[in-house]
Amino acid sequence: MTQIEEVNYEQYRHLVSERAFTGETMLLNMGPQHPSTHGVLRLLLELDGEVIVNAVPDIGFLHTGVEKNMEAKTYLKAEVMSDRLDYMNNLGNNLAYCMAVEKLVELDVPPRAQALRVILVELQRIASHLVWIGTFGLDLAAMSVFLYAFREREQILDIFELCSGQRMMTTFIRPGGLWRDVPVEFETAVRNFLKIFPKRVDEYEALLTKNPLFLDRLLGIGKLDAATALQHGVTGPMLRASGVKWDLRKARPYMGYEQYDFDIPVRTEGDTYARYLVRVQEFRESMKIIEQALNKLPMGPVRSDNRKFVPPPRSEIGVSMEALIHHFKLWTEGFSAPKGSVYSAVESPRGELGVYLEGDGGPKPHRVHWRTPSFSNLSVVPKLVKGHLVADLVAILASTDIVLGDIDR
Amino acid sequence: MDQKLEPIVKALQEQFAATYEEFRGEVHVFVAAEQIVEALTLLRDKFDFEMLSTITASDYYPQRSPRFHVIYQLSSLAKNVTVQLRVPVNGDQPKVLTATRVYETANWREREVFDMFGIEFEGHPDPRRILMPEDTEGHPLRKDFPLGYEEPQFTFNFEEIDLRKPYAKE
Repeated sequence: MTQIEEVNYEQYRHLVSERAFTGETMLLNMGPQHPSTHGVLRLLLELDGEVIVNAVPDIGFLHTGVEKNMEAKTYLKAEVMSDRLDYMNNLGNNLAYCMAVEKLVELDVPPRAQALRVILVELQRIASHLVWIGTFGLDLAAMSVFLYAFREREQILDIFELCSGQRMMTTFIRPGGLWRDVPVEFETAVRNFLKIFPKRVDEYEALLTKNPLFLDRLLGIGKLDAATALQHGVTGPMLRASGVKWDLRKARPYMGYEQYDFDIPVRTEGDTYARYLVRVQEFRESMKIIEQALNKLPMGPVRSDNRKFVPPPRSEIGVSMEALIHHFKLWTEGFSAPKGSVYSAVESPRGELGVYLEGDGGPKPHRVHWRTPSFSNLSVVPKLVKGHLVADLVAILASTDIVLGDIDR
Repeated sequence: MDQKLEPIVKALQEQFAATYEEFRGEVHVFVAAEQIVEALTLLRDKFDFEMLSTITASDYYPQRSPRFHVIYQLSSLAKNVTVQLRVPVNGDQPKVLTATRVYETANWREREVFDMFGIEFEGHPDPRRILMPEDTEGHPLRKDFPLGYEEPQFTFNFEEIDLRKPYAKE
């Protein structure tokens, strides 16, 4: 039997009040194995009865050293690690990484690939919000929404499987375009989804939006004002629920987002309910984008033909000597990126997902840093939960929509 | 350079003798370690940089001075511009002033940089490791920290390697 070590609370002395050490308040561990922490998050709570005096998040249980590992791989091979960061937003992570690589080596993306990328990441946004709405309901004891949300998510994962052969870790978006063109069934599959999904969102709303039990748990809980949110670097739906109209898709359009007509849902209340409303509205906005992108999907190649960075298609390898050489060089040695660093950010379902990529002239990145939105969004939680009940902590944590893989990297 | 950035870079040059580099349309301003807090305060109060997106670092080992660059990525929502501040730090006992009083998000981000690179942030209210366990030795993202690997076990040496493998045993 291994000895279980006593937790040393001395190191938390500066983070909790003195009353915790005189026995007036209680120190309680929540997690790392707790169903409402959405992964492996440990929270040290200082409780006065059932009221939270202080909360200290302890993260790092899912740290897998992705940044270090990426430094040891070539640019093309390192991308595989990006899927595994935020496992609810795989294609979004691919896009963030590919955009950084494309910026570093100055690679153009053909219009068809851009439009397909937009469709895929918007589908991924819907899938991510579906998991969120399901688990959000689950945390607030609304079991049924979870079952419905996962039914629709399955449909999106089927579309990803259709394109790439994989449901989650697709690595479908590659530097310079996509891995390959989407199959012919793709359009019908997406259109079917678009036909069904608006009604399904109405169903979720019928179950939750005006449900008095749901409202009692959410209204006025975990209020976050815009100034605090910005100070903590909070982005995404959480920031928009606090009244700041900020979305990178509108502010710094990438992948042709400027061509599509969509709104940014904003609420000013800043509480858990506002965050719920913003995300539900985002379902509808994402659908608008997908529909427009699908309607004017251009024809053409889905990969850049810059052979120094993008592997040639399989069909060329058999007939062209150069294609074979490029294929061989790119998959063994990889391409070299110039010395210098870029920062490129996209709007993930959780907020600003940034990649800092630094090249040193060789085939492997010198440094990759992921500016993940959940990391900042979680850092504000201790402020939000102060003075609330433990049950409200569950609601607040669920409304931040954190993904621990995204935080710990 | 973006027109909106010109007055900002100029102000930094005048007040902090900063230099700058441009790469792929991005502006990287180099500021001395002692002046980073003032530079960030100036950007926040005068130039509407409401948000510090991230703090990270990069290790240029075996180069000793400067060995690290601490990187501050700032965003202005009002003006819709970004700027990057870079602080060169020496290899032995690397130290930077903490930015927690300017941007609260710096608290966790600096803890991460400390955890991964061993760069100390003077005056940090909570200088603990954030991602690695407390008893970790070394700082994993430094270039002289080896990437870990696992010894593959075969039938002929399974037991031998199993003995020194660091996993929980009954």
